[in-house]
Amino acid sequence: MSLGGGWYLGLAAVVFSIGALGLLVRRNVLVMFMCVELMLNAANLTFVTFARMLNDIGGQALVFFTLVVAAAEVVVGLGIVVAIFRRRRTSTADDLHIMRG
Amino acid sequence: MTALAALGLPVLGTATTVDALTFAIAAVIILSGAIGVVVSRNPVHAALMLVMTLFGVAVLFVEQQANFLAAVQVIVYAGAIVVLFLFVIMFLGVDRQENMAEEPLRLQRPLAVGLVALGLAGLLFLGIGAHWSLGTKSVAGAAQGQNGGDVAALGRSVFTTYLFAFEATSALLIIAVVGAVVLARRTPTVPGEPAGVEADADATGDGEPTPIGSDQQDVTP
Repeated sequence: MSLGGGWYLGLAAVVFSIGALGLLVRRNVLVMFMCVELMLNAANLTFVTFARMLNDIGGQALVFFTLVVAAAEVVVGLGIVVAIFRRRRTSTADDLHIMRG
Repeated sequence: MTALAALGLPVLGTATTVDALTFAIAAVIILSGAIGVVVSRNPVHAALMLVMTLFGVAVLFVEQQANFLAAVQVIVYAGAIVVLFLFVIMFLGVDRQENMAEEPLRLQRPLAVGLVALGLAGLLFLGIGAHWSLGTKSVAGAAQGQNGGDVAALGRSVFTTYLFAFEATSALLIIAVVGAVVLARRTPTVPGEPAGVEADADATGDGEPTPIGSDQQDVTP
């Protein structure tokens, strides 16, 4: 028998917050992506915890789909990073201000 | 306090010491990895710290009887996604130290910390104080006690209840692959013609890639 679900939910909330903080603070686009992955993982942990608490496999199925979407997101995102780097030779978010008014 | 009880916050209710110890170790691994991702100056170190976090989450998946997802987590996340990250980092050659002391936007960091602390407080307050509708009837089938364990239960659920979503993800993956190829490929230059996409990166026309900032001088109004 595992620990109570509240522990897992609390841990997931903390990890999500750390990811959000990193996304706000860091300026390297790749590290920002990694922080998004942290947030996605915290959400996955929440889903699995609720799947166990409610005894419902739907939570785990949702994590399965989240994994697929995260993989697709990373592939497209890194493709965009590579394309931007080709043109502007930078991977810092602050330098990408072509669209600034 | 009933909400607390429903969330299982009374420590070690039916859990054994091993479970508590596993959770504690995994939590330490996850948190140190997550903090490492945020504070690492070098993107390569951040990616390795991310692997640490992902393994910790996989441990917690096993702890919660989600064995299939733990395996997928290790294979897809740690095996594929982080390798893709590292590949792009090495490929672009951005694996150099970032100057963290430099702060281009004033008040950005204190503001970010304040906002995130507020959000975390809200999450924890809601998580502990809210009345979760626990005990609702399962729509997709039970997670525990099915024939074949969680793997069979998940497979049955994905291929019956969520079949349409499953097929949609296959389309999504194909679209992502095509999109990545389109984004990352260079237009092959036909001999005798000016370069296609390369012309964008080569605004000076001297055959060298345009250096940073050469075509984006800030014009102060």
